[in-house]
Amino acid sequence: MDFDLTREQEMIRREVRSFAEKEIAPIAADLDAGEHFSSTLTRKMGEIGLFGMIVSEAYEGQAMDYLSYIIAVEEIARVDGSQAATIAAGNSLGIGPLYYFGTEEQKRRFLPPLCRGQALWGFGLTEPTAGSDAGGSTTTAVRDGDNWVLNGSKIFITNAACDMTLGVTVQAITGTRTGGKPEYTCFLVENGMPGFKAVPMHGKMMWRASNTAELYFDDVRVPQANMLGQKGDGFHQMLQTLDGGRLSIAAMGLGGAIGAYEMALKYARSREQFGQPISKFQAIAFKLADCATEIECGRNLLYKACWLRDRQRPFAKEAAMAKLYCSELMGRVADHAVQIHGGYGLMKDYHVERFYRDHKLLEIGEGTSEVQRIVISRHIGC
Amino acid sequence: MEILVLLKQVPATESLIAIANDRVSIKPDGLKYVMNPYDELAVEEALRIRESQGGTVTILSVGPAKAAEAIRTGLAMGADKGILIDPGNLTCDGLATAKLLAAAIKPMTYDIIIAGHRAVDDDNFQVATALAELLGIPNISMVVKQTLADGKIRCLCTVEGGTKEVEATLPALIATQRGLNDPRYASLPGIMKAKKKPLETRSIADLGLDAAGLQPLVTIKALKMPVERKGGRVIEGDSVAVKVAALVKALHEEAKVI
Ligand SMILES: Cc1cc2nc3c(=O)[nH]c(=O)nc-3n(C[C@H](O)[C@H](O)[C@H](O)COP(=O)(O)OP(=O)(O)OC[C@H]3O[C@@H](n4cnc5c(N)ncnc54)[C@H](O)[C@@H]3O)c2cc1C
Repeated sequence: MDFDLTREQEMIRREVRSFAEKEIAPIAADLDAGEHFSSTLTRKMGEIGLFGMIVSEAYEGQAMDYLSYIIAVEEIARVDGSQAATIAAGNSLGIGPLYYFGTEEQKRRFLPPLCRGQALWGFGLTEPTAGSDAGGSTTTAVRDGDNWVLNGSKIFITNAACDMTLGVTVQAITGTRTGGKPEYTCFLVENGMPGFKAVPMHGKMMWRASNTAELYFDDVRVPQANMLGQKGDGFHQMLQTLDGGRLSIAAMGLGGAIGAYEMALKYARSREQFGQPISKFQAIAFKLADCATEIECGRNLLYKACWLRDRQRPFAKEAAMAKLYCSELMGRVADHAVQIHGGYGLMKDYHVERFYRDHKLLEIGEGTSEVQRIVISRHIGC
Repeated sequence: MEILVLLKQVPATESLIAIANDRVSIKPDGLKYVMNPYDELAVEEALRIRESQGGTVTILSVGPAKAAEAIRTGLAMGADKGILIDPGNLTCDGLATAKLLAAAIKPMTYDIIIAGHRAVDDDNFQVATALAELLGIPNISMVVKQTLADGKIRCLCTVEGGTKEVEATLPALIATQRGLNDPRYASLPGIMKAKKKPLETRSIADLGLDAAGLQPLVTIKALKMPVERKGGRVIEGDSVAVKVAALVKALHEEAKVI
């Protein structure tokens, strides 16, 4: 077994870490407080190559391995969940489906600005009445000559309603399969198409500096050229996208856990009560020891899933396990971190409270913890 | 423009330094190494010159095999190629380092050499100056701004409390000072591309030198840790006026700074 990262992976970690500490850390709390998605910061992340990380150079991607991408997400999440969300959703959900399923023409047209980090693209699966049960969605697309006419709505769609958004990949029902189940197809809906409206959602508890949107489709005419892949491929495309997306959510859990743990350790060593640093109290020290141990477990699980993926081996089970474990890991660590900070941990001046809030989405987005357990239990033969 | 950049790999400034048992070196275990911060400014300035004038940026470093990491970082920032001069088990002082660099650089064509004015590990302040002397070219140090025109370089340099403007004919060596620029991050694609950029290693023998002529003129006899900083002191007093008076007295008589 070789646990060493390559020299390039080490460098990526170092560079992304220093970028995150210098460019994101100083403004993360303000962006969070103001519920402010920053396109300036997003463009800066694009400049250092944080978008299109696994896309080939032909479409102006960065042509990296999956583990490098995951390390980058981890390092951003170590400092701020919202920015990590912009990156993870941008790569896995925005760019991913276009790259894996798009026609040559679609890829040439849409990918370059996304990979340069000058624009964003959303991925619309969830609907007001269809979350975990994505097969229960009701948005429809009906053929009319060379166009498809879309009707319906989507909710909670990341990166889909900011000043950098170009459009969104939308799953819609295009017919009925033999056996009676709906047939799904994905469409690339571009901003400005008549009848398409994207509205930013406000009042989030977490990821407050990430852009989340509600989408409305009211007789939106989408040309056949904007169908992603083949008619009927939609459901399969969505599942495959989510398998990869889970790894980036896991990376956010791991990175966020590391960030919270490091703050807690530093605080515990400097805060004195009863005449000694609180890190000397076994009750505190054991919490930190547990955090360090679990972080190590989470990293090994996640990196192994990436290792499988980079070798084109099946990784869906490990991806679900990593997503489940790392998102819950961050919850436990952020909880300990706030506890170790005492009253200060509840104040915005200390960033652990943001980590405590940001963590919760990870157990819900891209398949809830319950759904991950369903996926895993199927894999192990239950 | 053919631009050469000199860089050194040094322990990261936030590293916890411990003195080794020999008392003349530091313990290498667990140290994180980075590019000397002044050399980051040098790489950045070189890239900016290349971007405006065209040309190539070549990085030279004297150090062990591990120092190639710092060169790779420079390549990832955008430099074109790297040369690592590995002195083997020879301990180099500032002059020996300059001699090695001079031997490597003499057969090369270059318009400008950019170095950090010092490396933050040894704080020698010598290599750049000694190298310019060995090459017989002008040397301008503590540069915070430079402009190139008509085969000349004009620099703004910091001097105690102010700046001075100086000019020299190319080829010349300039040494960076903080404020010159804001070094870029190595972009992720830059990191991947750096993999394929040429990086050659040369030994003392490759440079046509021998260790006998490079023996250090200066040797370290002992290293000592700085005295641990004492905690701050709060000036007590009943009123602001009393406190200010006490503070002024302390600054004048104890700290002797005013
Ligand atoms: C900030 C944010 C960003 C998001 N970004 C996107 C995006 O970019 N694109 C996108 O398509 N979606 C996105 N989502 C949506 C997200 O994926 C859904 O919220 C998630 O899949 C859960 O769906 P739901 O909210 O409808 O919950 P529900 O599915 O209604 O679940 C409610 C509860 O019931 C449980 N439950 C449901 N079914 C079962 C079952 N079979 N067995 C046991 N328990 C079950 C769930 O685990 C959960 O605890 C985002 C959500 C948020 C909050």
